Amino acid sequence: MAMTEERPEVLELESGETTPSTGAFARPTHASGWRAWFFTIDHKKIGIMYCAVAMFWFLCAGIEALLIRAQLFTPNGTVLSADQYNQLFTMHGTTMVFLVIMPLAAGFANYMVPLQIGARDVAFPRLNALGLWLFIFGGIFLNLSWFLGGGPDGGWFAYAPNTGVTYSPGSGMDFYALGLQIAGIASLIGSINLIVTILNFRAPGMAMLRMPVFTWMILVVQFLLLLSLPVITVALVLLSFDRTFDANFFNVAMGADPLLWQHLFWIFGHPEVYVLILPSFGIVSETLPVFSRKPLFGYSIVVLSGIAIGFMGWGVWAHHMFVSGLGPVGVAAFSATTMFIAVPTGVKILNWIATMWGGNIRFTIPMMFSISLVSMFTIGGLSGVMHAIAPADTQQTDTYFIVAHFHYVLFGGALMGLFAGMYYWWPKAFGYRLNEALGKWHFWLVLLGFNTAFGPMHILGLQGMARRHSRYGPEDGFDFWNAVSTIGAFVILIGMIIFAVNIIRTWLRYKAGTVPQEPADPWDGRTLEWAIPSPAPEHNFDYVPVVTDVDDFWHKKYQADETGKLRKVANGNDIAQKGDQHPHLPSPSYWPIVLAAGFPLIALGLIYNLWLSGIGLLLMLGAIFGWSLEPPTDPEAGHDAQGDDHHPDENDPNSDSAIVEEAPVG
Amino acid sequence: MADTAEAQTSELAYGRTEWDDYHHLPTNTGLTNEKVTMWAFLGSDCLLFGALISTYLLCRNRVGPATKGPTAADLFDIPFTSVSSFVLLMSSLTMVLAVTSIQRAEMERCKLWLLTTASLGSIFIAGQVYEFTGFYREGLGYTTNISSSAFYTLTGFHGVHVSLGIVMLVTMWVLVTRGILGPERAETIEIIGLYWHFVDIVWIVIFAVVYLIP
Repeated sequence: MAMTEERPEVLELESGETTPSTGAFARPTHASGWRAWFFTIDHKKIGIMYCAVAMFWFLCAGIEALLIRAQLFTPNGTVLSADQYNQLFTMHGTTMVFLVIMPLAAGFANYMVPLQIGARDVAFPRLNALGLWLFIFGGIFLNLSWFLGGGPDGGWFAYAPNTGVTYSPGSGMDFYALGLQIAGIASLIGSINLIVTILNFRAPGMAMLRMPVFTWMILVVQFLLLLSLPVITVALVLLSFDRTFDANFFNVAMGADPLLWQHLFWIFGHPEVYVLILPSFGIVSETLPVFSRKPLFGYSIVVLSGIAIGFMGWGVWAHHMFVSGLGPVGVAAFSATTMFIAVPTGVKILNWIATMWGGNIRFTIPMMFSISLVSMFTIGGLSGVMHAIAPADTQQTDTYFIVAHFHYVLFGGALMGLFAGMYYWWPKAFGYRLNEALGKWHFWLVLLGFNTAFGPMHILGLQGMARRHSRYGPEDGFDFWNAVSTIGAFVILIGMIIFAVNIIRTWLRYKAGTVPQEPADPWDGRTLEWAIPSPAPEHNFDYVPVVTDVDDFWHKKYQADETGKLRKVANGNDIAQKGDQHPHLPSPSYWPIVLAAGFPLIALGLIYNLWLSGIGLLLMLGAIFGWSLEPPTDPEAGHDAQGDDHHPDENDPNSDSAIVEEAPVG
Repeated sequence: MADTAEAQTSELAYGRTEWDDYHHLPTNTGLTNEKVTMWAFLGSDCLLFGALISTYLLCRNRVGPATKGPTAADLFDIPFTSVSSFVLLMSSLTMVLAVTSIQRAEMERCKLWLLTTASLGSIFIAGQVYEFTGFYREGLGYTTNISSSAFYTLTGFHGVHVSLGIVMLVTMWVLVTRGILGPERAETIEIIGLYWHFVDIVWIVIFAVVYLIP
């Protein structure tokens, strides 16, 4: 059922009849309203939903962070109890990693990868929707813990046995383990789908080394996810079985080794770090050339260093465990590999700088966020190299120096890149640009607030302030920089409010007609997504683009004349496709959301009552049954030379017009 | 670059190939989406079993102050498990025969071999249930000690994989019997064969590492 290729089709039989439905229910056909979104299998709508839901969790995680900072504003803060503090820092980290940055990147990948490689959709559109809904339900399930006895309180890394029933008796860690399991299945499905899409659905001429760098980095990320998720799946299974079924994996009285969890978690956890940052590296590798009006300096080197990061990311996990007693050989080996991995990252930084060097730079909002990624990530990268030096790391472990480091790479790196991507691709997704002036306020406030919030943490960490402590005393001397840091956090909040105002205000003005409709190619772009109208039409491309170069769209616009000088030979908006075709698309489906809804029921049942799991299982079986019966492979659709791998879909509201238009072709 | 202005224009503009032609082009890799999907999934599954086997190796001999009961390794019945391992290995052979027969459009044989493969897999699962029951009677419950938790989790995960494979094989048998799945879709059975062989190979590793290495 899950393994059916879905690609657009000519629908009618030779007799002109459409094929009969063999599904249990009629398929959903709504073209607008909430049902058009809930049952969609269009990669663009799914991408937008990923990002929208991720922004909601970003709001939640932001509130959690502000509560933490409010608690630490003064010595002996009284805003939170120690228990609440534990829950908040755990959920802040877990939410930011699994429910904000990963799905934002997944949203961009869903929307942009098929457009960048010239494809009609992803390889498995219904699986794509299943992944989205598993992510949404997993996030809701994880956050249900707030209302059912308190959130998880063992840190986002959830070190066992500290997270066993003995030390974490509430059900919060159960919600953590099972919620991440659901979100993990979502990511696994998404990764396989995108790998198959990128490997198999490239337009003619789009060789691997002609793919846009963003698509390349997404491919590397999907391989990292594919191979690292099963490891945390095992770790979470062991933890769940310990907590639910009294297994003994982390029972020290039975001789358990606490390092088991740490190894399993960080074998997943370090590739995960690159899962978080590489999509943003891909985004700035798109924006910097466009806004510098130069090709990316050393395209193949940037791609290869991304691949190198992907490989080397597997050999550095134990640098998270330098103080756990690995022994000198292990520490020395992982110290060396960690220093090595800075090399391909540094290569990328140099390539981006060389891309901007001598370029005709346009300081648009996406460009400003991109430059801030390059500079802020470099700061975070340098403190990361400091951690590679084991003796220094021993001093810094579990201090705010670590907190400063990973916020510089994840906020200053990953999030800055994702903001750049939002401003950059907003016209392509919605048809209008976000307001430039508000965007500048957003950028400068976030950059200022970010450095004010996290810069002082370097100092606090080196002064010895420990992480994950809900209080510090007035005699510690930490009050000044903590106060500064909290002020910075609220400056970020103001910046983010301005971003929200920008989104809503510009949308309203666009509706009212005072914000102009953007053409296909508003930034003078280089890649295929700019070769179709804005917003992208539902069918993506009218015709298959034929690719002859890296940055193919740009080469269609700029060509060398007799003297070898580059001249503009065409306007991107003129040669872009018109979006006026109406080919057939895969039909929406009820089953992905129904199937996904079974998972949180099963998980709730594991915590409360196994009967609930039974109901969830029945729901899943029914959904799998309905999914299989929905005609992915209709034996009567014998019009296709490739046989039953392709399948028609019916109930498409446009079917009549499509048949008329495609009749000469088919 | 083209010589005439007209050709130049067509070079510039996107859109000379109709979508309909595009669908008849082979995929970029030459492999179908379904097959790439299965290979990717099996790659992921390798790491799953890698982590589970490592966990077992770490846990099997560990003792603490509260350790009680036998370890899994104390109770292994190597001759019995060798026989059930052999049965599972033979099912890989019959799986190959099923794939070959549907590729040659010999549907009756395909049905026979599909059913044989599913039966051999079921015999293996029955053997595992028998083995687990025996262990339990001898005092090795899931929560008895750390080695029992690790042993049952590892072999249980493998058993679930085999059981899912049996469900897929029986489904294929039904589809072939009802004429829904014909020789033109031989690849579906080939892909399920990939999964089946993978599960067998994993068992070879488990049998060698868990049962045979002392």
